[in-house]
Amino acid sequence: MSSVDTVIRAERLSKQYVLGRRVDRGRTLRDAIVSTVAGAASRLPGRTSQDRPADELLWALSDVSFDIERGDIVGVIGRNGAGKTTLLKILSRVTEPTSGRARIRGRVGSLLEVGTGFHGELTGRENVYLYASILGMRRAEIDRRFDEIVSFAEISRFLDTPVKRYSSGMTVRLAFAVAAHLEPEILLVDEVLAVGDAGFQRKCIGKMSQVAGEGRTVLFVSHNMAIMQSLCRRGIFLERGSVHTDGSIHEAVTTYLRAVESAATIDLEQRTDRRGWHDVVLSTLEISGADGTTVLATGRPARFAFRTTARNADAAGRLSCSFTILNNLGQPVATLASDDRAPNDVESAGDDHSFVCDIDALPLGPGRYRVDVEIHGRAYLQDAVEGAGAFDVEQGILEGRPIPGGRAGDVAVAHRWTVPSLD
Amino acid sequence: MTAQTSATERAPTAELRRLATNETVIERSSGWPSLRLDELREARELLYFLTWRDVKVRYKQTALGVTWAVLQPLLTVVVFTLFFNRVANISSGTIPYPVFSLAGLVPWLFFVGALTLSSASLVASANLLTKVYFPRLVIPIATTLTGLPDFLIGFAMLLIVMAAYGVAPAVWIVLLPLIFLIVLAAALGVSFWLSALNVTYRDVRYIVPIAAQLWLLATPIAYPVSGLHSPWNVLLGLNPMAGAVDAFRWALVGGPAPPVGMVALSAAVAFALFVGGAYYFRGMERRFADVI
Repeated sequence: MSSVDTVIRAERLSKQYVLGRRVDRGRTLRDAIVSTVAGAASRLPGRTSQDRPADELLWALSDVSFDIERGDIVGVIGRNGAGKTTLLKILSRVTEPTSGRARIRGRVGSLLEVGTGFHGELTGRENVYLYASILGMRRAEIDRRFDEIVSFAEISRFLDTPVKRYSSGMTVRLAFAVAAHLEPEILLVDEVLAVGDAGFQRKCIGKMSQVAGEGRTVLFVSHNMAIMQSLCRRGIFLERGSVHTDGSIHEAVTTYLRAVESAATIDLEQRTDRRGWHDVVLSTLEISGADGTTVLATGRPARFAFRTTARNADAAGRLSCSFTILNNLGQPVATLASDDRAPNDVESAGDDHSFVCDIDALPLGPGRYRVDVEIHGRAYLQDAVEGAGAFDVEQGILEGRPIPGGRAGDVAVAHRWTVPSLD
Repeated sequence: MTAQTSATERAPTAELRRLATNETVIERSSGWPSLRLDELREARELLYFLTWRDVKVRYKQTALGVTWAVLQPLLTVVVFTLFFNRVANISSGTIPYPVFSLAGLVPWLFFVGALTLSSASLVASANLLTKVYFPRLVIPIATTLTGLPDFLIGFAMLLIVMAAYGVAPAVWIVLLPLIFLIVLAAALGVSFWLSALNVTYRDVRYIVPIAAQLWLLATPIAYPVSGLHSPWNVLLGLNPMAGAVDAFRWALVGGPAPPVGMVALSAAVAFALFVGGAYYFRGMERRFADVI
């Protein structure tokens, strides 16, 4: 690593949020007047500043330092709330660090959320100009690259259609196409590949490695460990706002996955890395195999039992539960939702706090899996916990056929062969 | 297993010098805010595109479209003529009352449009502010400039109405661009203040409609300044739009000249609002993305 080619240098970057202020939008003038008066009163002799309730502070990022060289593709990994997005926001100058500094050489282009800056009433053509200029492109530059952008996005037929008539996939393609042709020296990408079809995802990944091949630098945030591992050389694993691991992508991903799994062993209710309104939270997840044992095997029954705790029961309304099974690379294998009703679903009387999902013959190959859980209320996401549980699947038999481990793919499919006879 | 690389460990001065040539330093800003006009100049194309977007979208999905730019001042003049002129008997001297009030309304509507739209502009662009960096001043400026086409349409209509009533433009029409600068400075100044305040205090949303109504009454649009006596006619200039509107009307359609003191006071207040607003905005800007 030659330090002469450093393009990003973060020096003890920290960012603090005052929780109350960030959460409630629209602080009112009255609050400000009251707190100013209260502040003045607290400075009067005889009063101590302790009379004022301390706001809840959150260090979204604390003491983050790293150097990034020209041409690096760096994957930033971490759980929700670990500070990944805050880091990108600071580097793209959207928000200021509370302390510390970052030095950046070259133009920064960011793709933080696709479609921001698009205006539905304007046509695709008009939006290309608008979005590109928001991202910092010059008009002459846009003129020059316009055809390239349109053909990359595959929307030439709809160029003069208002974007509000586009499908979400088309919008994403157009937005990524514009950003990909921005030609910044440094490109910041935040979880955009989650949308769009597989073909376009491949195209985006190809574009990103091409961008890096041209000596430009990419900082990439994603939850998809497989894409991370195929695209990045270096990984930074953020944990609760600090750099946990900074090394090869393989090292970072491994450490991250181990951390996610070990988090699954601590009490679910104690976990703070969760999203949602939290009128109701997931309190326990029990994963069991046949006869209540904890051993799961391919083709054998499996039971996922979820129990919730109400913190503010009235507000939540009717609940539903969905969970995603992910493989050891963090790639989703299947999502099961209690909302997708089937005739043989059972409604348990009297218990509105627990969900049980039974799988008669587990269609998963041998390996380690983890479970992400979401509890939905009437209108809001109530609770989402990544890595709420983990389980190992042993070798087993699916419909009489032994399923060996160590093969490519996670899914065990019940099937039947017809083969030529030997005689 | 923390593998942090400390920057101080290896910082040869040659490298630092190299870094300094083309680098951006991101850190907490402190002290007196700088306007960073160079950055704003860099963003002039973005300003153009945002203004163009708002102009384009303005009358989308309205049945009457741009006709509104004509109807709005025209209907107001009809109401003013009926109530202020006919019922309340306010006289506009030698100038026909519809010409008199329309000449005041055209710059006023530009100002009040900027006031209303700009105050909400930052909040309306919240998703942009929290995702992409660009000089934030561009947003209220673009929103204010969006009113220019409507202003020009209104101005053309004013000339037609003048012709219809046989009112010839006064020679002082050459001063009109200068007077419009006062209107523009006042509009931008108010936009800077209110849009920045609205990020933290959504009360602005409720204050603006009331303020716009009271402000209209405090501006000599429906009535002439000549009705006021010294020193009130000069003090009226504390309202930047008072001097601007009266001077605008005088330069275009003639009539008694506005008190010089009032116009000077208005120009000074407009300029102070503009510069003060720009600094206030820049000072608040660093918190926008976190608070909005």
